[in-house]
Amino acid sequence: MANPHIAKHPEYDYDTVRLFCIATIIWGVVGMAVGVLIAAQMVWPVLNTPWEWFHFGRLRPLHTNAVIFAFGGSALMATSYYVVQRTCQVPLFSPFLSKFTFWGWQTVIVAAAITLPLGLTTTHEYAELEWPIDILIALVWIAYAVNFIGTIAKRKPNHIYVANWFFMAFILAVAILHIFNSIQYPVSLWKSYYVPSGAIDAMIQWWYGHNAVGFYLTAGFLGMMYYFVPKQAERPIYSYRLSIVHFWALIAIYMWAGAHHLHYSALPDWAQSLSMVFSLILLFPSWGGMINGIMTLSGAWDKLRTDPILKFLVVSLSFYGLATFEGPMLSIKTVNAMSHATDWTVGHVHAGALGWVAMITFGAMYHLIPIMYGRKQGQMYSIALINLHFWLATIGTVIYIASMWVNGLMQGLMWRAVNEDGTLTYTFVESLEASMPGYIVRTFGGALFLAGMLVMAWNVWCTSRGWWREHDDARALDPTLDAVAAPARG
Amino acid sequence: MDMNDLRALSTVLMFLTFLGIIAWTLIGGRDRFRDAANLPFADDELPEIEKTQQEKSS
Repeated sequence: MANPHIAKHPEYDYDTVRLFCIATIIWGVVGMAVGVLIAAQMVWPVLNTPWEWFHFGRLRPLHTNAVIFAFGGSALMATSYYVVQRTCQVPLFSPFLSKFTFWGWQTVIVAAAITLPLGLTTTHEYAELEWPIDILIALVWIAYAVNFIGTIAKRKPNHIYVANWFFMAFILAVAILHIFNSIQYPVSLWKSYYVPSGAIDAMIQWWYGHNAVGFYLTAGFLGMMYYFVPKQAERPIYSYRLSIVHFWALIAIYMWAGAHHLHYSALPDWAQSLSMVFSLILLFPSWGGMINGIMTLSGAWDKLRTDPILKFLVVSLSFYGLATFEGPMLSIKTVNAMSHATDWTVGHVHAGALGWVAMITFGAMYHLIPIMYGRKQGQMYSIALINLHFWLATIGTVIYIASMWVNGLMQGLMWRAVNEDGTLTYTFVESLEASMPGYIVRTFGGALFLAGMLVMAWNVWCTSRGWWREHDDARALDPTLDAVAAPARG
Repeated sequence: MDMNDLRALSTVLMFLTFLGIIAWTLIGGRDRFRDAANLPFADDELPEIEKTQQEKSS
């Protein structure tokens, strides 16, 4: 499989990749811990504390920003910088821009962690950060784009590997989305107003919001998938043709789907229906990509028994399939009439965020982090602990999303129930009371997922110290782990 | 021809471009994308078989 003409690969820039890997682990622990805290606040309101900085409304955007932009963003930058070097066979375009993207991005995260609890927010969901931070994000992102595309421009192979296409779509689309959703009029250092207003403002916000899902949480992580699944399975992607069709179909259709967040609102009816149709069509490229990833293991299914990293990667694709089936279903206007603003939406987001985004990140990180410390791919301190993490994460995700399905259906049915005389059967607070068991179960599922993240942090720490866990049966059981080629450190 | 005709035309052109990409992807033999698909393995230091032989002889 290896190309015999290339005896030795060039000196890669792994320093920036390593820094982003460490940031991924730290922000993963922080972001998920805040998530468990705000889930617990729904069960025990006393946890909101007398201080406004720790109220649910202040911490909820902190949680979403920490897991999406700090954890997910660091993981995407780590893997994209790694994959583009390995598949273009050249070091990164500019060492300065590499360092600038790392420290710039960490500055954005710290600024978010300070301003959001203080209540400084633009109120646009997933774009809450105020205008000075928005400008810094734009600068870092443009530096990231120049560095990534510059690396591709000086590549050795003629072909641009499909993972890099997905990463490029992610970088370019997010630049456009962020800039157009940040057209604000600043009135002071920490206060601004959006220039568009009303339904147009809402449409721009959800054009941004849903394409953040489509290009950040989907295309970016699919770039990860198209490199790490074949590499960990030691076989090329099931169908390269399908990957090309997958790419163009996905990016052509996603842009239109955002208005499904605004069903039955003041948005024109035709725009709502159009978004529903495109959301339904999206099922096909989504499942095409899932099948392409899972079928890569065709003929090597036995690897799933012994390799917990591969289990992470393949189960993440299963959750991707689940979430991308559920999404089109929820976008159908009659289904949305019941599901909208219920916990079903929260469950759907977490099926994607925990099951797909976090799990594929864990698989990629377990493959990548040992390489950052001079080991062979996947050679972590303990393989048994990866397996433990896998089960904590999988069971935690299933418990989380099942509790939210139950709550969502129940809330939807209670809110629309009417008596014979047309009055509402239930008050809102009755539905809230009925939701309490679900909130307890959800907190438990989230805590399991966080426990898995802590196991990972320990495993990464020990790997970084150069330790090996003794009597690790999982390693002894898997002879293939030692046969993997060792990429040299750059 | 007003602005809306141009909008409709651009949608049609985008769709035809998409069909063109699909057609371009499907032409050619089975091995057309073999080298591309193997790019994740192209920069490994030595082919697997040579490596194990080398380790044995050393």
